[in-house]
Amino acid sequence: MNRTARAFKNGKAFIPFITCGDPDLDTTKKVVLEAVKNGADLIELGIPFSDPTAEGPVIQAANERALKGGVTTDKIFELVRDIRKETDIPMVFMTYANVVYSYGAEAFMSACRDTGMDGLILPDLPFEEKEEFLPVCDKYDIDLISLIAPTSEGRIAMIAREAEGFLYIVSSLGVTGTRSEITTDLDSIIKVVRENTSVPCAIGFGISTPEQAKKMAGISDGAIVGSAIIKLLEKYKNESPEHVGRFVRSMKEALRA
Amino acid sequence: MTNPRGRFGDHGGQYIPETLMNAVIELEEAYDRFKDDPEFTAELTELFNEYAGRPSRLYFARKMTEDLGGAKIYLKREDLNHTGSHKINNVLGQALLAKKMGKTRLIAETGAGQHGVATATAAALMGMECVVFMGEEDTKRQALNVYKMRLLGAEVVPVTSGTATLKDAVSETMREWTSRISDTHYCLGSVMGPHPFPTIVRDFQSVISREIKTQMKEKEGRLPDAVIACVGGGSNAMGSFYHFIEDKDVRLIGCEAAGRGIDTFETAATISTGKPGIFHGMKSYFCQDQYGQIAPVYSISAGLDYPGIGPEHAWLHDTGRAEYVPVTDEEAVCAFEYLSKTEGIIPAIESSHALSYAMKLAKEMAKDRIIVVTISGRGDKDCASIARYRGEDINE
Repeated sequence: MNRTARAFKNGKAFIPFITCGDPDLDTTKKVVLEAVKNGADLIELGIPFSDPTAEGPVIQAANERALKGGVTTDKIFELVRDIRKETDIPMVFMTYANVVYSYGAEAFMSACRDTGMDGLILPDLPFEEKEEFLPVCDKYDIDLISLIAPTSEGRIAMIAREAEGFLYIVSSLGVTGTRSEITTDLDSIIKVVRENTSVPCAIGFGISTPEQAKKMAGISDGAIVGSAIIKLLEKYKNESPEHVGRFVRSMKEALRA
Repeated sequence: MTNPRGRFGDHGGQYIPETLMNAVIELEEAYDRFKDDPEFTAELTELFNEYAGRPSRLYFARKMTEDLGGAKIYLKREDLNHTGSHKINNVLGQALLAKKMGKTRLIAETGAGQHGVATATAAALMGMECVVFMGEEDTKRQALNVYKMRLLGAEVVPVTSGTATLKDAVSETMREWTSRISDTHYCLGSVMGPHPFPTIVRDFQSVISREIKTQMKEKEGRLPDAVIACVGGGSNAMGSFYHFIEDKDVRLIGCEAAGRGIDTFETAATISTGKPGIFHGMKSYFCQDQYGQIAPVYSISAGLDYPGIGPEHAWLHDTGRAEYVPVTDEEAVCAFEYLSKTEGIIPAIESSHALSYAMKLAKEMAKDRIIVVTISGRGDKDCASIARYRGEDINE
């Protein structure tokens, strides 16, 4: 079993998203380790991009702060190498196609394997374009994680059948960000997913409270939370590790209950 | 010419969030259904002719030709179209298509405001709701166009993210589209973005080269030796080039905005300074740093102030079929002033980039040669900023 799959063997998975380098890479490392200590099952590490078109204002701002601080893809690989000395938690990157393309797909995936990354999420790489990176991902054993959206009608089975790692189910229309209510008919989406793959699926976009996480994980295999965590980082900056740790614990406890 | 899924060589494609995939598939199917439909074509031709004022004139610039002493210069007068630029060609096509698809709301990005004004115009005409996203910087540079859009009934949303210019307006319109798809059509303004947009926009703009060809045969009985147009995303250039691509003896020249020079960071010349990348739904050339972060570009012209170029241009560049040359702010401003004084035509600062290169090229060519320059828009909107560039403060 690869490491990504292992994330879902601990009951419902809790998956925090953290933008690397916001406010600095040292804090990112501490936040990751706190999240692991408090029950996170898989870590989604964001490589910042200048123009993150799938993100809402909270994560856009985090990307800007990180880039202003001088973060680069190479520095992030060093961070991963450093984190890997202390934990074997499954970790995947979340970034945009151009970050990988400009680095060179071969060089990027090779560095992913060498530093200990397990997977890659690219929100601007739909099913039709995945051949751009999939062969190289396979070569270096990096899971290329697919997304399914509320508007994926007629495409769910096709995407699910070729899924690897886990499936990222987008809860709502629009960009990332916290939402008071999620109204998509996720049950029917997940039913089609289950009929077509045994790969686990986690729901993300708009989840910020333990109640929402419990509800979302209840119908899937896990919950992904980004903006709510980034807000803590924005507020507490380099003092955020303990706050994020506490938040992660409350979320994981809700998923266990 | 278009490979499956909108590839131009290796360029193009559909690099967009899963949320939008069914929307672009639906758009492609609708376009395939309507593009050759006689009723749709007749309606669009009617709009082009009766509403937008087509065909636009192909004007022989006699004084300019004599003054420069070289090749004959013809100006394709897209500035005479309703709303003052070529943008209306694409917008009328897309708005009509959106209406046939049952959409009731148009959203659009705009740089200089010309595409926003054109979209607001079409929305008013067809009774559709309209929201235009415009970089906050550009709302200041082009306040008159902001007023016009509101006058036409559109909502204008200033975009503050990133560099608050055209690229951020595109990003924000894409975000808006992912949040509201069922009743909304994204009326993209250039030959860029995910397939099928580069093809759709090129087809609607190709009326420019179709007319040039006919008019040139009437006036000169032959094809021109060169067709020159300015390139940001590249829609007026693609429209001007398209029907000449197979006529290998016709030089196709795209003029990019070099800003303060291609050896400075204050430039928007994508072919001269960019490299291949994936952004805004397409693979093409982009101005970017070594890690793929998109560069904050600069040009005096808000309409060319974009860090990328349409994928078909990228392919025309790769194959050598078209040439792309950089033109600086200073050169464009000189051409802006020259045409105003010489021919009594005030061109858009965007089009002035093409004009500047044509002035250089004409002198090097024999008198029996012919150059066509597309004047993509009128320059009224630019008067205040050109005055400022020359150190004069006129109140708009």
